[in-house]
Amino acid sequence: MDEITSVFIQESREQLAEMESGLLRLEQTPDDMDNINGIFRAAHTIKGGAGVVECGFIVAFTHRVENILDSLRNDELAVTPPLATLLLECCDHMISLIDVLAADAEAPDAALKARGDALTEQLKVFIDSIGQKDAEPADSKMTVHDAAIEVESSGGGIVLTDSWHISVRFGENVLRGGMDPLSFIRYLASLGEILGMETITDAMPAAASMDPESCYIGFEIQLQTRSSKADIERVFDFVRDDCDLRILPPNSKLSEYIKHIQELPEDTMRLGEILVRCGALTQAEVDQGLCNQKVTADTTDADSEAPPPQLGEILVDNKVVHKEIVDAAINKQAQVSDKKAKEARLVRVQADKLDQLIDLVGELVIAGASANLLAQKSKQTDLVEATSVLSRLVENIRDSALQLRMVQIGDTFTRFNRVVRDVSKELGKEIELVISGAETELDKTVVEKIGDPLMHLVRNSLDHGIEPTALRLERGKPACGTVTLNAYHDSGSIVIQISDDGGGLNKEKITAKALERGVIQPGETLTDAEVVNLIFEPGFSTVEKVSNLSGRGVGMDVVRRNIQSLRGAVDVTSVEGEGATFTIRLPLTLAIIDGFLVGVGKAAYVIPLDTVVECIELKNLPSDRNFMNLRGEALPFIRLRELFEVPGECPPRESIVVVQFAGQRAGIVVDQLMGEFQTVIKPLGVMFPHLRGIGGSTILGSGEVALILDVAALVLTVSQNEERKMFPGRNHQPSTALPNN
Amino acid sequence: MGQLVQAKGSAVVAKTDEAPAQYLTFSLGGEMFGVGILNVKEIIEYGNLTEIPMMPAFIRGVINLRGSVVPVIDLSARFGGKATEVGRRTCIVIVEVPDEDTRHDIGIIVDAVSEVLEIPGSEIEPPPSFGAKIRADFIFGMGKVAGKFVILLEINKVLSVDEIAMLTGTDKSLESQAPV
Repeated sequence: MDEITSVFIQESREQLAEMESGLLRLEQTPDDMDNINGIFRAAHTIKGGAGVVECGFIVAFTHRVENILDSLRNDELAVTPPLATLLLECCDHMISLIDVLAADAEAPDAALKARGDALTEQLKVFIDSIGQKDAEPADSKMTVHDAAIEVESSGGGIVLTDSWHISVRFGENVLRGGMDPLSFIRYLASLGEILGMETITDAMPAAASMDPESCYIGFEIQLQTRSSKADIERVFDFVRDDCDLRILPPNSKLSEYIKHIQELPEDTMRLGEILVRCGALTQAEVDQGLCNQKVTADTTDADSEAPPPQLGEILVDNKVVHKEIVDAAINKQAQVSDKKAKEARLVRVQADKLDQLIDLVGELVIAGASANLLAQKSKQTDLVEATSVLSRLVENIRDSALQLRMVQIGDTFTRFNRVVRDVSKELGKEIELVISGAETELDKTVVEKIGDPLMHLVRNSLDHGIEPTALRLERGKPACGTVTLNAYHDSGSIVIQISDDGGGLNKEKITAKALERGVIQPGETLTDAEVVNLIFEPGFSTVEKVSNLSGRGVGMDVVRRNIQSLRGAVDVTSVEGEGATFTIRLPLTLAIIDGFLVGVGKAAYVIPLDTVVECIELKNLPSDRNFMNLRGEALPFIRLRELFEVPGECPPRESIVVVQFAGQRAGIVVDQLMGEFQTVIKPLGVMFPHLRGIGGSTILGSGEVALILDVAALVLTVSQNEERKMFPGRNHQPSTALPNN
Repeated sequence: MGQLVQAKGSAVVAKTDEAPAQYLTFSLGGEMFGVGILNVKEIIEYGNLTEIPMMPAFIRGVINLRGSVVPVIDLSARFGGKATEVGRRTCIVIVEVPDEDTRHDIGIIVDAVSEVLEIPGSEIEPPPSFGAKIRADFIFGMGKVAGKFVILLEINKVLSVDEIAMLTGTDKSLESQAPV
């Protein structure tokens, strides 16, 4: 795939995402002209781009969609729910078409093609309805539109030439710059055949005041060629800044020519004649055009705030007929500078280049830590100072490098507007999506992977959470259900919540199901929180009927597995009759963390710094019980030496690192505290998928590998262990995934 | 043993028609073993190994191989024997193991590396149906060298990532504490 195509695919996907959100807004505010224009522009840009990459099937389909959008824009068609739905489907179809292109396929497969045809049929119904509406003898505005349509559809609307019209005015300094205008014309002739050419000498001053070094001439050229607009423009590349170049594609509308004539500095009538002479237009066309111009100018006054196509569109627009008749030049200027400013703020970078940078920064951090260590050993104050400056800078680089990968979660959230809309229609429920915390940032890799689990949870809330409208009213709730997506940062992790104000989870049903499936044993007593979290067990589903949304019974455990693979956790709280809240807790980034280095025996372990609350040195730990008195609070602790079966005797002085996560506190007993350490997380790899309590590994300054503790999993592991020892019968815990359990 | 002995003879391309003809031989528990030279990336001195807790005995730990973390397997323990004692000539042979689309580097501990041998296909006998005390699918063949047998390993099976991952999950010490 060449670069242009991949850029096109990338941009189209963005345009389509914009288009989709625009269409969703369209339902709420059908009269928002800016919005409609935005949607139209997106479709138009895609069509133009598809033309450039010569992807016929996208051009064809998008063209039809664009027609409808254009009618919407011109107020010929009203926004109705079926139309909005249809347009959303069209948007989906375009996404599939882009996928086809991305897969390097020649044409869409039969099924997709059939879908496209079906959509085209439906679009046609709407297009036809425009005609009927216009046929009605309506108010004066309507009749004016008739005129406009007539102009468009009659032969006079489009100038039937198969040649390009090029109009160029060379700037005064062209000759001084060493350029010969004639050479450009000659080069142009190499692209195709010049059918007609008129030299414009209107700007030529009287002989007395003429500067022989200045260029005063311009040309109107009729060129027959198979080259694209870009190719023609390239001919004039050398004088691009110093000439006024206008190119009209073949079969442009008459109005374009008229506009062109009016925009040129020369006298209107004279230019008309010139165009006639060089063969671009016939005299009749000019007359009709100038006459129609007056009519259409009146009618389109109302539309004149419609923004002209963006610069990019014009550049790629070589096959497309513009619908704009009146373009406010100032408006255009503003638009262009706007676009430029926007582009300056955004730089497209390939993801793997970014990954490479992050990797290098990771190595830099390790090397920096090692240099720091050596400097401290050498006890040279200057060196220590220099390396500390260095490590501060490296730290800054690390932060900015990581920032590059941070994206706001908002885009992921807004995707669900569509899901909620579609699903609620399908289910016949009224559901509103409330989004908060959309500006919360997290690592791009996490964002990419969280989409699927989120989708599942949202669908689950829509399907099982929110009750049918009748039931809601009966329970005294508003008819419209609410699903809330929320995100916020909490001590080095990001928390994403999906809550609904539905019926909540039915504990009796869950318990019954769990018994039936053998997930729990009869006679077990579980806390409420434990009961509701049973839904994450494999093969668990409380709904009898398998709908196409959820209820296949694979959902929740897959959700949990996916989240755990991101070093995250998920749980659910529920109040019966009031709703349920799913809480996902994820690390902010998968690449680098601040760690706290501790030693046990000869081994070093890293505890993520953001979980560490304090460190206490203790001489006499109770040897039989694993909890201590921390300022009046009973703090349970884990002896790392015991848990990891590290050989050797405990040193006389041990330390406790107090960690906190998800509102829970625990102590970790270690031999030595070795201080803070920037940690590049290296995954332990595919061989250790079942390793719990270890989140990854890192390389120390000395070159040794240290293991990073996953505090939450560690504490969970230990507490479950102990629980199982105390209650051997309670074997409901999810280790059922292990084959021989 | 040098810090880094690039696999000798790697310039010689193996015969393309059948199995690799060059083998790196090493001793382990008094026996000679061989692995196809094309699987071997490098040989390094034993050292700086970080143990991983709660793992079966045959996973000795991980090492830092120029910035990447590489797991190290104790072959002797993998074959069901006792753990390899670390001696003066103990080495870690880094081998590359394919896994679906990707390749993984895995280190294996051996008592001593001996040499790279060329063993023609005609000198390779099929493995005995039993008696080798090593799972039959681990053995690619028995190479005859100077009247002695060298056990040529099917290294992709011995170091099967899937299988090892599964074994780490069912390990006794883990079973009692792993929630999944």
